[in-house]
Amino acid sequence: MRLEISLGRLRNEFVAKITELSGQDINLCYQCGKCSAGCPMSFIMDLLPNQVIRSVQLGLAEDITSSRTPWLCASCLVCTVRCPKGIDIASVMEAVRQIALRRSEDFIDPAGLERDTVAELPPIALVCGFRKLTG
Amino acid sequence: MDLSYYPGCTLKTRALNFEDSAIAAMAVLGVNLIELPRWNCCGTVYSMTDDDLAHHIAPVRNLVRIAEQGSDRVVTLCSFCYNTLKRADLLMRNSPEKRNTINTFMDDEIDYDGQVEVVHLLEVLRDDVGWEAVARKVKTSLEGLKVAPYYGCTLTRPQEIAIDSVESPTVLQGLMQAVGTTVLDFPLATECCGSFEIVSDPDAVIERAYTILGMAQRKGADAIVVSCPLCAHNLGHKQAEIAGKYSDFTGMPIVYFTQLLALAVGVNPEVCRFDLNFGGVEALLRDRGLIPQRV
Repeated sequence: MRLEISLGRLRNEFVAKITELSGQDINLCYQCGKCSAGCPMSFIMDLLPNQVIRSVQLGLAEDITSSRTPWLCASCLVCTVRCPKGIDIASVMEAVRQIALRRSEDFIDPAGLERDTVAELPPIALVCGFRKLTG
Repeated sequence: MDLSYYPGCTLKTRALNFEDSAIAAMAVLGVNLIELPRWNCCGTVYSMTDDDLAHHIAPVRNLVRIAEQGSDRVVTLCSFCYNTLKRADLLMRNSPEKRNTINTFMDDEIDYDGQVEVVHLLEVLRDDVGWEAVARKVKTSLEGLKVAPYYGCTLTRPQEIAIDSVESPTVLQGLMQAVGTTVLDFPLATECCGSFEIVSDPDAVIERAYTILGMAQRKGADAIVVSCPLCAHNLGHKQAEIAGKYSDFTGMPIVYFTQLLALAVGVNPEVCRFDLNFGGVEALLRDRGLIPQRV
C-alpha cells in the first residue's frame, strides 16, 4: 500500500481528538508489540492494538473507525500496565469508541437483544456492556 | 470490627452466594460487614476519556453517601465495584480541577475530596485479619482440594489501584492456603475472561473461557476460585456449550473465595448457596465430604 505521509495527515483533527480524549502522547509508541502480545481479544481483531496505535500516529482515521478492534477491546488494561512507554492504550481504545458513540453510532442495540439473553446475563454484564458499547 | 460494606448490583441478584457467604464468614472472623443504608450503582466501569466527568458522578455520589454516613472506609466484594469506586476516589484526590467541577455539579451534596478509603475484602482479610488468624478459625480444613486462583482484570489493573502485584498477585493464594487448600500455579490467573463482551460477542467469550478453564483442567485443578461476579458468569454459564465444542473439556467448578472461606470456618453450607454456582461445585464438595450428601 502506498501511503502519503504529510504534516496535515499526521496532525489531523482525528489525531487531535484521540489525543485530547485519551490524554495520551501517541508518538511515544515505538511499536514493540507488547500490547498485542498480551491482548486476550487479539485472536478476533482485524487490527492488533499496536496497529491501531500506529494508525493513529499516521493519522489514518478511516482505518481505525472502520476497524472492529476498539469494540472487541474488553478494557482489561493488560496493554496499559505492560506498555514500556507508559501509554494507556486502553484509554486510546476508549477514545475511539467515544468518538463513534458521541455521533450516536452505537455498536449494539439493547432493544435488539434476545429476551432469553437479557434474562441470562447478570446486571454487571448488561450495565457494563451498555456503558461501553452504547452512547 | 465494623466495616461499611458496598454491595453493588450483582451481589443483590445473581451473586447471593458471594454476598451471603462473605457476611457469614467475616462474622466468624470478627468483622461485621454493615451494608450502607443508602447506595446506588457504581456504573460498573470507570470512564477513561479525559472529558467524561458525568460518568464519575455515580461512583463519587456513593463515596459521598459513605462519608455522610460517618465512615472513612468502605469494603466491596465485587472486583468491578472496587475498581470503579477506587479509581473515582483517586481522581477526586489527585485532580483538583476535575474535583472542583464534579463537586460544583453535585451542589446538593457535601464536597468530596478523598475522605473515604476504598478497600476490597481480600485486602481486609490479608491486612486486617491476617492469614494466621484465618487459619486459627478453620474448623473444617479444605485439605486435598486443589484450586486455581483467578483474579481477572479489575483487582490488579491499573497499577495505581492494584491490591497486589500487577503481574504476580498472591493474595488469593495466601487465603486459600490458610483454609487448607492446595493452591496451583495458574499462569492465566490475571488474564481477562472477555468481560462485557459477553453482551456483544458471546462466542469470543466462550473461546476465552475455554482457554482459561482448559488450563485449569490441565493443571489438575478441582475448582477455579474467583472474586468477580462477571468472571464467575463468563467462566461458568456456558460450560455445557464449551464441552460440546471441545471434547477435551469436561467441566470446571467455579467458586467464590468467600464460599470456601465460609465453609472452612464452619458456616452452615446452606448459607453459602452452592446451588447458585456453575460447573458442579456442589457435586465436588459432596464428593470430598465437605458438605452433607443430599437426602
